Amino acid sequence: MQYLLMLYSDESRWNTLAEKEREERTAAYVAYAEALAQAGALVGGERLHPVSAATRVTVKDGRPQVLDGPYADSKEQLGGYFLIEAPDLDAALAWTARCPGVHDGIVEVRPIWPID
Amino acid sequence: MTHARGGIDADSSGHAARHAADRVARHSYGKLVAFLAARSHDVAAAEDALADAFAAALAEWPRGGCPDHPEAWLLTVARRKLIDVARRRLTGEKAIEQWLQLADDTEAANEMTVPDHRLALMFACAHPAIEDAVHAPLMLQAVLGLDAKRIASAFLTSPAAMSKRLVRAKEKLRAAGIPFRTPEPEELAERLGGVLDAIYAAFNDGWSAPGGLEAARCDLVEEAIFLARLVAELAPREPEALGLLTCLLHAHARRHARRDADGEYVPLAAQDISRWDDAMIEEAEALLHRAIRIGAIGRYQLEAAVQSAHADRRRCGRVDWHAVLQLYDGLYALTGSPVVAINRALALAESSGPDAALATLPEVTGDARLATYQPYWAVRANLLARIGATLEAHAAYEIAIGLEGDDAVRRFLRRAQSKLEN
Repeated sequence: MQYLLMLYSDESRWNTLAEKEREERTAAYVAYAEALAQAGALVGGERLHPVSAATRVTVKDGRPQVLDGPYADSKEQLGGYFLIEAPDLDAALAWTARCPGVHDGIVEVRPIWPID
Repeated sequence: MTHARGGIDADSSGHAARHAADRVARHSYGKLVAFLAARSHDVAAAEDALADAFAAALAEWPRGGCPDHPEAWLLTVARRKLIDVARRRLTGEKAIEQWLQLADDTEAANEMTVPDHRLALMFACAHPAIEDAVHAPLMLQAVLGLDAKRIASAFLTSPAAMSKRLVRAKEKLRAAGIPFRTPEPEELAERLGGVLDAIYAAFNDGWSAPGGLEAARCDLVEEAIFLARLVAELAPREPEALGLLTCLLHAHARRHARRDADGEYVPLAAQDISRWDDAMIEEAEALLHRAIRIGAIGRYQLEAAVQSAHADRRRCGRVDWHAVLQLYDGLYALTGSPVVAINRALALAESSGPDAALATLPEVTGDARLATYQPYWAVRANLLARIGATLEAHAAYEIAIGLEGDDAVRRFLRRAQSKLEN
């Protein structure tokens, strides 16, 4: 099965970190991705620009409407994701527990629902 | 949704067949669900297929006689049904792959003995990814085949709400890929805790049923003991599993002594020990010794040891309150639970007097849940009465009475309250 790990954290905290700390945090994510890849569990993963770079689109009165800012205005923001392959939820949770994202915030795990 | 055992109750034809089906249902239901859902994680589909199989059994068995291997018979019919459903629902390569798997499994099932994966099923039901409150109901349904209506009345919920929660939980089991397996040794103890807690919750719900006699809730006690026995049998090296079973047996051994001839509530200390179930107490004691010899103490063993200390009244006519106090100290260190603190205070009152006990009783302001916890107010009232704080005791009894749902207990508290004035 595939699981999407959604990494939520408080972006403003990231901005308060010293350059060296940011490098360390980033290195932790890179190492995690490498470990996933090594185990054949990595399907994909990226980090996202802060929500200040977010734009949302919906249709109103039959016309696309473009709005500035993120969909949900919350304390924690989606900052990145990993898409992993795991035999079951326990295996996915074991990978999640190792993700640096659980120290920086909260990681939500969702099973992929394939369209077949 | 009809579940096997509900369906059997409703059918009046074929007494012998019904009896046989009922017996198989009791002992095999969970085994069959666990086996049928092991690969797909789809408990709901397995249950539907089994309900059909039981219906077929009730139609066939009275005519052709009970099969030699009723479990295998039911499994074959249920599996055929699952294949039908899969065939209708799935198309293409994926469908072929699933049929082949189902056919493989059927082959294995024809070996007559259905492998027992009930423990794995219980671990799935009590998985931390499933909402805590639904662990016990889910287990009662998937392992024992109780229908949502009965479970709902046991947990004082509406059948519609309970059935919705069960459906949601099963959907999560399937969609999230929650594994049906016994956890690895390093996480076994912790995960087992969830399974045991759920069984204990079911037991307590049955045990505290108003009147202690109301049918649906009353046999929740028996169902919980059945599950606890099952876990103790499937995980015989897990001391906490033995500890839980010990607790339940000790409590259940006193079932006839909890009420007097007039149906009035009798507190533990005043119970007539000749009405205790000696055989059940002996069984509990033997289990506790087995558990302790394994050498990994835990919450349920400590609770069981407390029960055992109370049962000692049979042999020496009194309870060793210092020992009970030490056990509660251990329990409190382990759980930090205010409920333990309340029980500990009662033990302390016996060994060191009510003043000392009152000083250790937690304050309502420290834990909001205590404000609506009847035993807290009853214990508080009892201790206040013993130090002569009559007015405060009266007020505390009033709250305890207001929080109690059982008429017999309410009358007991009222009697204690009215004694204050004399």
